[in-house]
Parts: sequence; structure tokens; C-alpha cells
Amino acid sequence: MAAEAHTIDALGQFKLETALGPLGASVNFTQANLWMVIGGLLVLTMLYLGARPRAVVPGRLQALAEMSYDFVHSMCVDQIGEEGKRFFPFIFTLFFFVLMGNLLGLLPLNFFYTDHFGVGLAFTYTSHIAVTFSLAALVIVLVTIVALRIHGLHFFTYFFPAGAPKLLAPLIIPVEIISYLSRPVSLSIRLFANMVAGHVMFEVFASFIVMMAAAGTIGTVAAVGPLAVNVALMGFELLVAFLQAYVFAILTCIYLHDAVHLH
Amino acid sequence: MSGTQGGGSSEKKSFDERLSAARRRQGLEAPPPPPGGGPQGNALGVGLRVGVEMVSALVVAVAIGWWLDRWLHTKPFLLALFVLLGGAAGVANVWRLIAPARPPEKERGGRD
Repeated sequence: MAAEAHTIDALGQFKLETALGPLGASVNFTQANLWMVIGGLLVLTMLYLGARPRAVVPGRLQALAEMSYDFVHSMCVDQIGEEGKRFFPFIFTLFFFVLMGNLLGLLPLNFFYTDHFGVGLAFTYTSHIAVTFSLAALVIVLVTIVALRIHGLHFFTYFFPAGAPKLLAPLIIPVEIISYLSRPVSLSIRLFANMVAGHVMFEVFASFIVMMAAAGTIGTVAAVGPLAVNVALMGFELLVAFLQAYVFAILTCIYLHDAVHLH
Repeated sequence: MSGTQGGGSSEKKSFDERLSAARRRQGLEAPPPPPGGGPQGNALGVGLRVGVEMVSALVVAVAIGWWLDRWLHTKPFLLALFVLLGGAAGVANVWRLIAPARPPEKERGGRD
């Protein structure tokens, strides 16, 4: 992933390549798919190994599994209400899929699947708007189906708040519909933009290190600067990775709350 | 025995409180109404969210307007109309993002 001869290739890291050699190439199995599988397996393993001991005083892994269960469970119940328990499996899966995408992308493991043996950050599948928009579209379709099932045609009163003057209906209804449809767009853009911005910044500062090191001894010493920036950035990106997964899950909960209770 | 009787009733009261708190935690009782609004981040986070909300409303509105224009052969007019509506929807989104922080919980039912 190093910069080639004084140019910064900040977006090359997001290019999809096939993984797993000729077998993966024949079915277009990309590194994004590989990391999705790895993320899913990691969460399943964590839950399986964490749930197995059933100790009264939990060990580390059991505490992790219990805390992650409790965290998402209280998020569902606090935001959606008592009915939120029905959506717990969905929110749990969504939260951990996004969290794994964000976190695994920060591991220095890209030699793992590419032919060229450069050490760089692993692939972040949540940095592709195709992935985040698919998740957001799934959320909004689910929310609409839930609202229609619970409230029937009464759901459409959502687009015209009670007590508003009838004269304003031709203005309010399109605005409300656009506002409703903009939810998946804002949900997906937020996650995707945060991930892309973080990884572009990593790449830019890493390129500075290489460029400065090429400029002689003084440059090599001065390259400590961008290196320090990248170290600090890594801490910040860990925060962002968790926060964006949390925001994605909690906004889904808020939309489900609207669907269940229909203000 | 009789000396602990008075302390026993207050102990029982605190036990009831703790029991109901524990039951609430386990979801066996209806919890108090959820705190309003979404997660409130720092100023930068709020600013980013406001920007994303406005842009996404505009993107959706432009997409609808462009598609309706193509369908109804009314080339520029519906697109222009929906750009305005999209701007309004963006402002409505931002209002909804900011507003729940101010009014008390009860007024949230009015949804505007």
C-alpha cells in the first residue's frame, strides 16, 4: 500500500480484488466477502465459546459475551420499549456486522489475501456504499413492514401529523415522504463516509512517511511527525469504529420505535 | 425481635425498591419511558449529522424529481419543484434532530 514514487494513491485501498486464489477468482469472491465471513465467524465463535462455560462468576470470554448481549438488549428495550425484545436478534446481528467491518479494517493484515506482499490495513467492507446502503435499505424495508403490520393503513397518517392545517397538506405530505425516504440514504452515507475518511487519512499520512524517508537523513527523522499522527489516528479510528456501529444500531432502534408506536 | 420491627419495615421498603429495579433491568416490568432523542455527540458529530441529513434529503428529492420528469415528460419543472421540497425536508430532518433535546418528554408525542 505504499505510495508509488511521490504520488499519494489514497483511494486504491478501496479497490475490490478477488481473494482465495483461482478458486475465489472463478466466483468473484472478493476480499470484502472474505472479511464479512471472517467477521461473522469471529462473532459466532466469541458467543459459542463465551456461552459454553455457564459459570456463575464469568471468565473473560463469558463476560464479553454477556456484556455484548446485555448491551444490545438494553439498547433495544430502552429505545423501542417492551416490544423491542422481538427485534433483538436483528439489532444484534446488525450491530456486530457493522462493528466487525469497522474494527477488522484497522488490523494490519492485508498481506493475508493479496499477491503483492505489502503490509497495510485490512479491508473495511463498511467503506463501500453498496454494503452500507444495502444494510440501510434492509432496515427501512423492515421498519415499513413492521409499521404496516402493526398499524395497517393507519400507518399513512404518519406522513400528515394530526392537528396540522389541511391547507398545508400538499406541502407537508411530500416533505414528510422525502424525509422518510432520506433515512436510509443518511444512514448509509454516515457510516460509509466516516470509514472512507478515516482510511484515506491513514493512507495520506503513511505516504508522507515514505516520501520524507526518501528525502535523506533529515527527512527520516522528521518522518516521526506523520508516524505520530497515524498512531493518534488509530486510537481515534477505534473510537469512530465503535461509535458508528452504535449509531447505526441505535438509529435503527429509533426508527423501529417510530414504526411500533407511530407517534 | 420487636426492636428490629421498625427497621424491618424500612428495610422491606428498600427491598421492594431494589426488587422493582432488578425486575425493570430484566425487562419483567414496563420500564419508565425511554429518554428522548438520539445519541448526543460532540459539536463536530452533531455538525456532521446535520450535514448528512440535509444532503441525503436533497439526494432523495432530486432522484424523485428526475425520475418523475422522465416518466411524465415534464423535463425541468418537477425537478425544480422537488429540489425545493428536498431542501424543506432537509430542514425538517435537522429540526427533528435538534428539537427533541429541548421540549420535555410529553411534547414528543405531538411530533413536530
